[in-house]
Amino acid sequence: HQVLRIVPTNDEELQKVQELQDLEELQLDFWLAPRGLGYPVDIRVPFPSLQPLKAHLEANGISYSIMIEDVQALVDHERMEMLRSRRRMPLTTSTFEYTAYHSLDEARKHKIWGILGIYAFMDLLVTENPNLVSKLEIGRSTENRPIYVLKFSKGGTNRPAIWIDTGIHSREWVTQASGVWFAKQIVLDHENDEDLASILDKMDIFLEIVTNPDGFAFTQTQNRMWRKTRSKHSGSICVGVDPNRNWDAGFGGSGASGNPCSETYHGPYANSEPEVKAIVDFVKSHGNIKAFVSIHSYSQLLLYPYGYTSTPVPDQKELHQISEKAVAALSSLYGTNYKYGSIITTIYQASGGTIDWTYNQGIKYSFTFELRDTGRYGFLLPAKQIVPTAQETWVALKVIMLHTLDHLY
Amino acid sequence: DIDDVGHKYHLELVLEDVLDKDSTVNCTAEVLYHLGNKNSAPSVQFTLEEELKNTDEADNIFYNRIKSLEKELVAENIPDSHGNVSPEMEPVRLLAWVASGYVIWQNSTENTKFQLAQIKHVKQVKRSDEYLEFDYTILLHEMVSQEIIPWQMTVLWHPQHGVQVTQDSRQPKHASE
Repeated sequence: HQVLRIVPTNDEELQKVQELQDLEELQLDFWLAPRGLGYPVDIRVPFPSLQPLKAHLEANGISYSIMIEDVQALVDHERMEMLRSRRRMPLTTSTFEYTAYHSLDEARKHKIWGILGIYAFMDLLVTENPNLVSKLEIGRSTENRPIYVLKFSKGGTNRPAIWIDTGIHSREWVTQASGVWFAKQIVLDHENDEDLASILDKMDIFLEIVTNPDGFAFTQTQNRMWRKTRSKHSGSICVGVDPNRNWDAGFGGSGASGNPCSETYHGPYANSEPEVKAIVDFVKSHGNIKAFVSIHSYSQLLLYPYGYTSTPVPDQKELHQISEKAVAALSSLYGTNYKYGSIITTIYQASGGTIDWTYNQGIKYSFTFELRDTGRYGFLLPAKQIVPTAQETWVALKVIMLHTLDHLY
Repeated sequence: DIDDVGHKYHLELVLEDVLDKDSTVNCTAEVLYHLGNKNSAPSVQFTLEEELKNTDEADNIFYNRIKSLEKELVAENIPDSHGNVSPEMEPVRLLAWVASGYVIWQNSTENTKFQLAQIKHVKQVKRSDEYLEFDYTILLHEMVSQEIIPWQMTVLWHPQHGVQVTQDSRQPKHASE
């Protein structure tokens, strides 16, 4: 097989090339599909179609170049290289593909190095940075998956801490992907970025990337749109509890559903979900968490408590100011527009929510993000938006963390 | 608030071309949510302050491409789990987006916010006339309840005659999911 490259320079050529896509009998494989004038079109051509296609192109005056003379030879060579390099090139977090969505425990599949599962990524990060990063198991999910939190610390004992969680709603894939990126970014920047260095001099950062591992696994294998946990409760055929309605803050009130089949089912009682209980136990026993950020998608919002009641929180003014600053910083990167405010006034009434509980525990700087986008792709945000989303969110997170550092209580 | 009638909203909007962010058109609209009767769609009146861009060329290319397919188009999961949409499927997705706008309008109240989440399945239905017909199963995401609602819609389209949803119905959700 050969790979031919054609660069259409006028509309007629473009049209002719586009028409090639419909000639099924040629079995052409477009590595780069026609996009427009001046954009290269790369076509893998099986041997039997080579002569007819070249004749067709020449007859129509369409010039082409041969990019790859022999695809099989290239594949064979690459396979050999991989086998060789597997021994001398270890898997590292530098070869991890941040621009792709990953599952929990992908084995080394496909021919691309660095497709790691998120669990493997975490272990590697710890191995590569033992003086900064450690992995804690804070509990087990309904289906007995370990619930891991990464701790970033430069020392001390029980320092005031910042908590960040992603993936509590499993279908919100850009959040877990961003969590992975944050973890790597902390490691990359912890010495050379002044802001981050000053934060880590006095505080620890806890990052829970896959807050709902059962749901996440389910979105990979069965239903991409799954949101809740995977618990089964008394006699319903429906599965799962909304982990963001299961906290002990206005639990069971308006803004959650008592129907087990609903996407906002609050569960039989507060903290019924092990994924929620694990965090509750951790927060209570740590006792020194000063900022708590729970990350969701989509809608492009930065929210603070309350969701369960329209009574404003006592620290409303300060939280609003922080939000304003964080959102401005976020927008400055790529122009992404965010709205901000309390949950109940900005999005909808929601009871039993995470940050309502954390705020009532005394964690003043409690925030929720809803990341990109605003509905064009929704939960199915294209992978190429992962890194820009993570980058702009990180900038906003640093505003929140810095404010916390400067206003420790 | 209009006594005994419902709630009327006056809106000033900027319409932005999805395919060209710098291309915008101002618009004003009035939306009336009718009191009581949840079975009727809100009434909408609107005025565009400028003309919409001409899309004949792209429309005709897509129309001709589909017309010349040997077998009826069939596809599923657009976008896929990773947000990918192949270039050939992009117009199919845009058509679903427009058509779902009609379905959303017909089913909206002051307490709903719908988005098209995904095309689960689309198949072209052969027609003897000049229209293109597609049978879509889409997933709508309702923001307030957070529900994902499967919906079937039959969509007719022609470059000069525009989009029509001739049939649509809410589908049951599978309990096992």
